[in-house]
Amino acid sequence: MSLLPVFPAYATLLDKIGWWALRVLCIAMLTFLLLPILAIIPLSFSASSFLAYPMPGWSMQWYENLFTSSDWARAAKNSFIVAPSATVIATILGTLTAVGLARVQFAGKGLLMSLLIAPMVVPIVVVGVATYLFFARIGLADTYFGLIIVHAALGAPFVVTTVIATLQSFNQNLVRASLSLGAGPVETFFRVTLPVIAPGVISGALFAFATSFDEVVVTLFLAGPSQVTLPRQMFTGIRENINPTIAAVATLLIIFTTTLMLVLEWIRGRRR
Amino acid sequence: MALALTLPLLVFLLVTLLVPIGALLMRAVENPEVARSLPATGAALARWDRRTEPPAAAFAAVAGDLASLDEGAEAGALARRLNSEVPGGRSLIMGTYRAVTGEWKSQPAVDAAAMRERMIALDPRWQELKYWQAIAKNAARWTPDYLLASIDLRRGIDGSIERVAEDQRVFTRILGRTFQISAAVTLACLLLGYPLAYWLSTLSARQANVLMILVLVPFWTSILVRVAAWIVLLQREGLVNKALMSLHLVAEPLTLLFNRTGVVISMTHILLPFMILPLYSVMKSVPPTYLRAAVSLGSPPLAAFFRVYVPQTWPGIGAGGLLVFILAIGYYVTPALLGGADDQMLSYYIAQYTNVDVNWGMACALGAVLLATTLVLYAVYRRVVKSELSLG
Repeated sequence: MSLLPVFPAYATLLDKIGWWALRVLCIAMLTFLLLPILAIIPLSFSASSFLAYPMPGWSMQWYENLFTSSDWARAAKNSFIVAPSATVIATILGTLTAVGLARVQFAGKGLLMSLLIAPMVVPIVVVGVATYLFFARIGLADTYFGLIIVHAALGAPFVVTTVIATLQSFNQNLVRASLSLGAGPVETFFRVTLPVIAPGVISGALFAFATSFDEVVVTLFLAGPSQVTLPRQMFTGIRENINPTIAAVATLLIIFTTTLMLVLEWIRGRRR
Repeated sequence: MALALTLPLLVFLLVTLLVPIGALLMRAVENPEVARSLPATGAALARWDRRTEPPAAAFAAVAGDLASLDEGAEAGALARRLNSEVPGGRSLIMGTYRAVTGEWKSQPAVDAAAMRERMIALDPRWQELKYWQAIAKNAARWTPDYLLASIDLRRGIDGSIERVAEDQRVFTRILGRTFQISAAVTLACLLLGYPLAYWLSTLSARQANVLMILVLVPFWTSILVRVAAWIVLLQREGLVNKALMSLHLVAEPLTLLFNRTGVVISMTHILLPFMILPLYSVMKSVPPTYLRAAVSLGSPPLAAFFRVYVPQTWPGIGAGGLLVFILAIGYYVTPALLGGADDQMLSYYIAQYTNVDVNWGMACALGAVLLATTLVLYAVYRRVVKSELSLG
């Protein structure tokens, strides 16, 4: 990246000032975006129990705290039960739908699509209250199953939209060739279509995973004490007593989600 | 074939989300307690003018209805419902219920006029019109009351719709505050996001991709991590206050947390990528030659920017602005953790009515208002953007 620009001969002083002003402004903006996330990481290694700078010294005690706490262990276990399960359901149902809808045009398709992506639009608190009141009546409140299916419903639209986007550039002749060579529709899907659209499916699945993994509002309503997930545990921690253990969790989560994102960007880069 | 593949997800969404949301909307207008527990009373009061003493038949009907309730739980639900309408309704109903199912059972049946005497003797409050008015008003299975209450309206005794007293108009204030915070956040996102998106759009694809990752890191970071991070930065001893004080911009540390400032700053931080992404995709398709042409034809650069460049990015501004606003009005976690009592948005009160007050009718009515607002804005968004919502 060229940090010092080569201005064309006709550039006026005002142009140059404008260019520099924009750079400074944008770097300030990127700082605003990144600083909060970077600032919390060192505090997780602080020797002090206050979340403030300057830090008196370094220590690993908050990570020790974290890894010996049964509350956090249970929350992590729950998150890694709920999010992958929700992702599997969302990915299977979403991919099927995308494959069905990508190539056809019919009256009402717009309406159907609106219905399918409704979970992205409906305010999350409405989803939380609605599912809580309804699931309580049918005995699904305070269960893993109830939480998983709602998280799956919230994630499925991401799978549908990303897979449909991938299918736009999919060459349908491959399917015709496969069918004419004697493969059945199911075999064709798994051996021809799926390998080609796999990057879209994986991106969608990562979106669905992140949606569930970061979801706290529905969990607040729907999860019982034994289904507390990481964000739910953080919510309690921040509300009651924010301490460096929270910073330690935050640091681990930042590393985890940044890795997920880089994987996603890498997949997308390969697709391009 | 297409439909067969779509069907599983459709059915799944129907069961997990759409049916529960439909039930929520029904609950917003449902008023089952009185209609279920006091059917004969409702009928006896149907022709009552609600201003004079109710007919003696109504007294007999109350006693009859209460006597034929299957279980105490039903009487309890009825008592709670009337108590939320008129204070004291609970003890009146429960006292009468115990008498009807207890000592009166062994006494000989009496006619309506005698039953009226007996009930007034048991509890003189049966002479007060307000309890009867509450029963008559709630005798129908469906009620607009919760929805009316959610916009600070109510039905008078004669059924006419009126605004509630000035000092009780809480919900319009909450709704106004929700819009105000969302508008402030949208504006802040636009002011911060526009220059950044513009800069990204002028870079080569490789450079833009690298910087875009920096924009996306916070986008992917858990909201709770970011809330915790902002608490660290904005607290009294936090980095922001330390920096301001060492630059001698302020003498005293500012209060940035648990007030409106903290809520707007953190919500802007969380929603900024939703502004930058649509702006960037529109700006990439705007040819830079128009701007250069305007400048070479003698326009001052700034004027050219606002009169030539900005109008070409209206679709991006519309899409980003609406998206941020739609997402902002539903916010719950950020104001709940970073705001004070006066910074809570509509979602907070929906949760409050569900979990703390256990007034589900009110919670559902407020939910219906939030849902309707969101859907209207989303319809506008669809007209502006003409494509599906997509974050990919």
